[in-house]
Amino acid sequence: MVAANSNNQFGTSFSPALGLRFLLLAGLSILLLVIDHRDNHLDTVRKAIGATVYPLRVLVDAPVSAWRWVNDTTTSRNDLRLENSRLKFERLLTQARLQRYSALEAENARLRVMLEARSLVRERVRVAEIMSVSSDPFRHVLVVDKGTRENVYDGQAVIDADGIVGQIIEAGVLSSQAMLISDPGHDLPVEVNRNGLRTIARGTGEFNHLDLPFLPNNADIEPGDLLVSSGRGGAFPAGYPVAVVESVTRIPQEPFASVTATPAAALNQIREVMLIWASEDEETDEEAAAEPDDSTAAETVTDLREGEADE
Amino acid sequence: MPIIFSIVVALMLSIAPLPDWAEPFRPTWVLLTLIYWSMTLPNKFSVGSAWIVGLVLDVAQGTLLGQHALALSLVIYVTVKFHLQLRQFPVLQLSATVFALLALYQFILFWINGVAGVNSPSITYWGPVIAGAIIWPALNVAFAGVLQRARG
Repeated sequence: MVAANSNNQFGTSFSPALGLRFLLLAGLSILLLVIDHRDNHLDTVRKAIGATVYPLRVLVDAPVSAWRWVNDTTTSRNDLRLENSRLKFERLLTQARLQRYSALEAENARLRVMLEARSLVRERVRVAEIMSVSSDPFRHVLVVDKGTRENVYDGQAVIDADGIVGQIIEAGVLSSQAMLISDPGHDLPVEVNRNGLRTIARGTGEFNHLDLPFLPNNADIEPGDLLVSSGRGGAFPAGYPVAVVESVTRIPQEPFASVTATPAAALNQIREVMLIWASEDEETDEEAAAEPDDSTAAETVTDLREGEADE
Repeated sequence: MPIIFSIVVALMLSIAPLPDWAEPFRPTWVLLTLIYWSMTLPNKFSVGSAWIVGLVLDVAQGTLLGQHALALSLVIYVTVKFHLQLRQFPVLQLSATVFALLALYQFILFWINGVAGVNSPSITYWGPVIAGAIIWPALNVAFAGVLQRARG
């Protein structure tokens, strides 16, 4: 069958330099690999090629978004009415809760003034849609539809309604890649909400498991404990839920207990995520808007950490 | 033209979302496509083009730049080198050869991951090799059809 395809037109004569060409390209690849692995000098190259991949992603996403569009436009009136009343009810509930929250926030601010600590960082949040997920089952990476045009930056925290999802690892112009906290290469500084015990949560490559490898056997941790981000690493704002401790196995002859946790966000079911920009009060908000680069964000994060240390 | 089109489709298939259970068995579409074209039209399609496609694949999948490029160009080099023998193989034997080529490809990626410190632990890593070899005969027929139509 294949032999039928070979005719004289596509015969055997082609350049004898095939091996040479291959060696050249292989050398070039290895050079690229080394440079790319050592540091991020190739970001511009990546972005240039990434721009050509963008239309592909849009094409791949097209059937899904078309299906959602059809679904949206053909919802029956009854469904809409039901949804509307449900949303109204939910809004009422949320508002009631929010009132309490704003009272608490005011109280918190007052107490902080009394402590002469700096006020907490107020975060700016923006919704981004997920365009695709990594096809490599061992790299938990999402592509979201916001890029440097919307001031997305490398290392930016990504959350959803339930908790922390991951962080931006590569901000492109129109889209960016975000690594999930379940990626085996991802470490996240967390603390136990109950008692402030600090540790590191490490991804395992499974969407519903995180590892806490550095807890000694006598650590005060129990199944059901809520882990929140501690803000100690600098990349993530403090206080967002990360995971719930699932099991604690203390092995007497090992130095560390084996502790696993279930991420708060359903990492393999999300459709929209939120990107967080750290920005302090109103005055600095404008500053951040005028000069939205990494250093501003990094500064506010450090401020937050100082504020915490004062407590 | 059909070559470029098929490669674009293969790239799309390789970034299209799949359900979780199917993910480990996603065939390496791009490599299968490149093997076919480099075997039938080695004058038009060879290691250079494979290398460029590899770079695009690296960016699309977010791997180290050069990883897929190296693996693809090596496999395509082997394919072009032996394309005359490969053309004579009956389908089953060719499928077995493709199995070996895919394993080589996957092994190079695995090796680079290992050197770079990215771990990919599980046995399902080798799923695409089997899936690719199984799907090869069907793909072969489809591409032969495309080629025939293109030539008129």
